[in-house]
Amino acid sequence: MELFTNQVLAGIATGAIYACMALAVVMIYQAIDHLNFAQGEMAMFSTFISWQLMQWGLPYWVAFLLTLAFSFAGGIVIERLLFKPLAKAPILTNVAGFIALFAIINSCAGLIWDFTIKQYPTPFGSAPFLGSQLISTHQAGMIGVTVLLLIALYVFFRYTRIGLAMRAAASVPESARLVGINTSWMIALGWGMAAAIGSIAGMLIAPVVFLEPNMMGGVLIYGFAAAVLGGLTSPFGAVIGGFLVGIIENLAGTYIPGVGNELKLPIALALIITVLVVKPAGLFGRPIVKRV
Amino acid sequence: MTALLNIKALSAFYGQVQALHGLEFTLDEGSVTTLLGANGAGKTTTLRAICNMVRTTGAIEFDGAPLSSRSTENIVRLGIAHVPQGRGTFTTMTVEENLQLGAITRSKSGVAADIERMYAHFPVLKQRHTQQAGTLSGGEQQMLAVARALMLRPRLMLLDEPSFGLAPLIVRDLFKILGKINREDKVTILVVEQNAQLALEIADQAYVIETGRIVMSGRANEIADNEDVRRSYLGY
Repeated sequence: MELFTNQVLAGIATGAIYACMALAVVMIYQAIDHLNFAQGEMAMFSTFISWQLMQWGLPYWVAFLLTLAFSFAGGIVIERLLFKPLAKAPILTNVAGFIALFAIINSCAGLIWDFTIKQYPTPFGSAPFLGSQLISTHQAGMIGVTVLLLIALYVFFRYTRIGLAMRAAASVPESARLVGINTSWMIALGWGMAAAIGSIAGMLIAPVVFLEPNMMGGVLIYGFAAAVLGGLTSPFGAVIGGFLVGIIENLAGTYIPGVGNELKLPIALALIITVLVVKPAGLFGRPIVKRV
Repeated sequence: MTALLNIKALSAFYGQVQALHGLEFTLDEGSVTTLLGANGAGKTTTLRAICNMVRTTGAIEFDGAPLSSRSTENIVRLGIAHVPQGRGTFTTMTVEENLQLGAITRSKSGVAADIERMYAHFPVLKQRHTQQAGTLSGGEQQMLAVARALMLRPRLMLLDEPSFGLAPLIVRDLFKILGKINREDKVTILVVEQNAQLALEIADQAYVIETGRIVMSGRANEIADNEDVRRSYLGY
């Protein structure tokens, strides 16, 4: 029983990271109807920035906040330079853009910081949390920061005018323009926020997976699985999906013979395919109906 | 009276297809003008051209300033509210959020009071204010669309077939409210309609449009009384 509780809690902790990645993916998907394959690399690059800032002697939380600001600005710059010009381009052109972005960021990180694995600090420590062997302080910190982030996002989108305008621009762009919303900038803002959310995920998971240019590859696939499971049209669903995927991943690795650590990733892929076949809209998504 | 909107030699294009051919008309400040015509005559295109949502040539002046170089959202910010065909409801948001969105370009002060004013105009919206707008009936959504447009405190309101798909009694109510808004709030109104009879009742001025050209213009009551016009263009 203790093993089960332990695995569920550990699943919730990594699930928090998947939830952040899924949320970032969903935010961009809502804004431009494309999956950002480079979301993980953007998060990885941000994490390297924070590491570099700490190498230069800044304390963790200062580096954390500066990285958030850098990622937000970086997300906007990427949208303005690369994806705004592609807004009316066919799907495959956009996909090529995402893959190019993936390769460029990955190579740049390798060029600047090389491909050796680096230790990344945790501000929470890794002692047992509240004296319990079930969960470490870093895992508790991952969950805590994610919960705070989710509350902040909820308040932003529910109670601020700019949040309302962003939702309007994503749901009915033409009507949004007709009430005077600059939808193009709302998309850029969405990119900035998605990049910042991704950077939080990167900085929280880096102590676990260690810092290197390919650290987010697996995490992003879990994030996609989470987004698909929860429904690509539902930010709330993406978050729930993230936690579910974290738990499923851990339980399957523990209890299904032969899965272990090596076959955990195929579980995420199997989950994606199962959801797309059985319930394409996901658990909380709206089925997309288009008039033709 | 001075002209609030002045349209000269307006042509509009969808790709290679020309939908408007040199339209000329003016809207007097404080008036209600109706643009009548059959399906595909170019009524909707005219409204979309004013808001720069189609490619156009010619000149559109609002209060003396040219609109053609402005983006849709900047045109709206000048005080031109557009109630589009199909109502453009934000279906996944609540009724109250839809109204707040109408005032999103204004400063926050006065918005709450204006929402209450809209509830006074359209009591049914107050009953449903926490409901998702997509669950409203067609008539309620049309009222919401008009209320959302008024939240801008517009100087000019463009309405695209407000009667479409609504029961006759509801249409009558809606037009009564439009007339009241015109008189009390001094909003200039341009309404596009297939339901000519009703539109002519509240309008001061009318234009009849056919295949992208204005074929008839005059005082609304004169157009309504002219039997030839009625029979050939308005079909009643």
